[in-house]
Amino acid sequence: MAIDADPDTSAAPEPTQAPKPDLVMRLWRGDASGGRFMEFRVAPQEGEVVLDVVHRIQATEAPDLAVRWNCKAGKCGSCSAEINGRPALMCMTRMSTLPTDQPVTVSPMRAFPVMRDLVTDVSYNYEVAKLIPAFTPGPRDPDGLYRMAQVDIDRGQEFRKCIECFLCQNVCHVIRDHEENKPRYAGPRFFVRLAELEMHPLDTLDRRDYIHEVMGISYCNITKCCTEVCPEDIHITDNAIIPLKERVVDSRYDPVAWLGRKLTGRPPRTKASEARKHTGAAHAQSAAASGAGEAAKAPPAPGSGA
Amino acid sequence: MTGTERHDFDVVVVGAGGAGLRAAIEARQAGARTALVCKSLLGKAHTVMAEGGVAAALGSVWPEDNWEVHFRDTMRGGKMLNNWRMAQIHAQEAPDRVLELEEWGALFDRTEDGRILQRDFGGHRYARLAHVGDRTGLEMIRALQQRAVSIGIDVFMECKVVRLLQDPSGAVNGAVGFWRETGGFVTFGAKAVVLATGGLGKAWKFTTNSWECTGDGMALALWAGADLIDMEAIQFHPTGMVWPPSARGLLVTEGVRGDGGVLKNRDGERFMFNYISPFFAAETAATIEEGDHWYTNKADYRRPPELLPRDEVARAINTEVKAGRGSPHGGVYLDIASRRTPEEIRRLLPSMYKQFKELADVDITTTPMEVGPTCHYAMGGIRVEADTEATTIEGLFAAGEAAGGMHGSNRLGGNSLSDLIVFGRRAGLGASERALGMTAASPLSETQIADATRHAMTYFDNEGPDGPYAVHRDLQETMQALVGIIRTESELLEAREKLGELAERASRCAVEGNIQFNPGWHLALDLESMLAVSNCTTLSALERRESRGGHTREDYPGFNPAFENVNMITRLVGGAYTVTQEPKPQMPSELAKLFAEEAH
Repeated sequence: MAIDADPDTSAAPEPTQAPKPDLVMRLWRGDASGGRFMEFRVAPQEGEVVLDVVHRIQATEAPDLAVRWNCKAGKCGSCSAEINGRPALMCMTRMSTLPTDQPVTVSPMRAFPVMRDLVTDVSYNYEVAKLIPAFTPGPRDPDGLYRMAQVDIDRGQEFRKCIECFLCQNVCHVIRDHEENKPRYAGPRFFVRLAELEMHPLDTLDRRDYIHEVMGISYCNITKCCTEVCPEDIHITDNAIIPLKERVVDSRYDPVAWLGRKLTGRPPRTKASEARKHTGAAHAQSAAASGAGEAAKAPPAPGSGA
Repeated sequence: MTGTERHDFDVVVVGAGGAGLRAAIEARQAGARTALVCKSLLGKAHTVMAEGGVAAALGSVWPEDNWEVHFRDTMRGGKMLNNWRMAQIHAQEAPDRVLELEEWGALFDRTEDGRILQRDFGGHRYARLAHVGDRTGLEMIRALQQRAVSIGIDVFMECKVVRLLQDPSGAVNGAVGFWRETGGFVTFGAKAVVLATGGLGKAWKFTTNSWECTGDGMALALWAGADLIDMEAIQFHPTGMVWPPSARGLLVTEGVRGDGGVLKNRDGERFMFNYISPFFAAETAATIEEGDHWYTNKADYRRPPELLPRDEVARAINTEVKAGRGSPHGGVYLDIASRRTPEEIRRLLPSMYKQFKELADVDITTTPMEVGPTCHYAMGGIRVEADTEATTIEGLFAAGEAAGGMHGSNRLGGNSLSDLIVFGRRAGLGASERALGMTAASPLSETQIADATRHAMTYFDNEGPDGPYAVHRDLQETMQALVGIIRTESELLEAREKLGELAERASRCAVEGNIQFNPGWHLALDLESMLAVSNCTTLSALERRESRGGHTREDYPGFNPAFENVNMITRLVGGAYTVTQEPKPQMPSELAKLFAEEAH
């Protein structure tokens, strides 16, 4: 699926005199009833990102070209699309990292219904968000403050970097090609959210049964596609999903988490000790090296997912 | 367009950034049936781009800090043009609003003893900004968004409001908008409307602002007959990216300087020491050595001039570049690489590290950044009553960047996020009090609804010759060149002339395609707002014949005492933009005495 451009080799030297040849952009245009790729030739400009080129086409040749964007700085997560088949933010994908000897293809995210052109209907995500049991803090200290050690919130802060671009949802096999799974599956973005709540030092709710029964975490077969596309480099699989699976398995049977524990020799843990453990380990940015990472390499659970 | 989709609420909040979310939460908690209408997806508003932090005198790092010091810093930063009562409320209530965000799940960086960590920023006497690395705005909007969802507020996403509706007395009783996806119109009946639509930076070419910052709320208020205040006060943030061209204007957080970063010119000189104005001389370090000691010892040393308020720093950078001492791409150098270890830089400024690495191929842990001024913030906006955020029109409230007065002629970094939650809450309270005190909403005018929808559709019948993109580009060029960081009468008059021509072209601009998710049409409608606020800014800038804060007149350098105590009020009278000078509210003597004692 993905075409991996190597930034090192594709950083072409700047030609000094001869004008650069035109780029060919292939943009998907259409709506819910169907559509097709349309080609546009544009002159490349220094330092541009894909969204710049799309905007230039919009301002000249295709004024009604629909594209969703806000900040153009990688902070709002609005301009998610599939660039040469690879899910990414248009505003953070530099043209110089893409092969120039072939057209650059931009299509809408595939897991969501098309509204128009590059804009998709991501309302599924907003519906799931409403189902998340809210943060429920305990009482404040007598002086009216909450006290939390930095080490206990490092992991939560990693999760809260999420810009809700929904690229992780877009690539998740459970829903990418299985629309029918959406009603019973929250998806990686919301496992990150749930993990954040479960590991929040002030939170008092126990969401484990809910995560299993309503959020459908057992559908995830930890192929790590979500982690690979996360523009914020959140270790979704290792730091959020696998620990959640481990917690749920206290009262439930999930073969993947079970295998993970077999491989690492870890006993099941209580919520309190889980919070301590996962936040305590948070300093290791390459947390993939932990036992959880080992579990991720295990073969997918039989009968799960696509 | 009869039979449009119709919804009735007690309170309708327009805009879902920090101020709109906070207003909606407050109104909902007060028991009002509340709608939140936003033209982007929920959680994407410009607030997510705020980086450095939220200013609040929590005193967790420097116990000496308190609301009076924060109030004083805010007033002096605004060159005393601030509405004193707003500045007082803001300084007093910001700590509670920040602590409340923790109750809704926000995770601010911590001190050693587990309290909220605070960082240094320009113009703040003590380290005062609660933060999360350099992504504080995202943290704030997420906490508010999740709270809003958990209490069941009705959200209308990707729905743009085009006109307010008013009863025969002039009181606002609703709004007309359209769904961006389908182009279908939607009417809201309301007992009170809160405008929290943010800023207007998209009228300038180089700006930190996101797509949606087109002055919508200010224009809606203006068209409804409300007053705007001090529209000349536009903040040019000193440090925006200058290279590559496509990233020009993108924000580089003041946190870089707060965490020790320094500004240098082409010759490697820390030039800010040459630009310490008499107004701030008493509280600013005179030597590099003194400034460097300040980061760890605020009792015995004064802060370095890199942390002067933004208007001072932006003008200095502008002068250095014009004098030929700039960097290769027309900025100056912002150097954190020689001041902090790579590990510290990546921990304190992760977004900046990523932004420069990915967009400019620059590693800020080894290489100085190239930065220059960029249009960032409107201090001016809709005129509001300090305690309730009521505008000059019945039933209409405003908060956040869309409202004016709080920041005077220049806003201190970190005071925006705190403004959003302090006054967002008060606007929600003010609106819900009005709504819950009314027995019934006044009937909507079908004529007004029909006029609004018919007007919005005219662009599809227009024949041009221009399209909206060309008009927008020319508007941005005009405002950048003629109503920029340094202004002069002849250029402002030229701008006024050009804005008239642009309005003419915009009204005739042609939109291609159909009404479904059509960005050309959306831009044509946004242009109406941008042109309205650009006119107000230009007119106010002409009238304020002095230099104060973000408003710098080449032909009238320095303060003029005659303008010290007046606000510039712009309004529409018989379809024409007008500006009048009106007396600024005077602060009571117990607050005034805070300014009598000389600066530290």
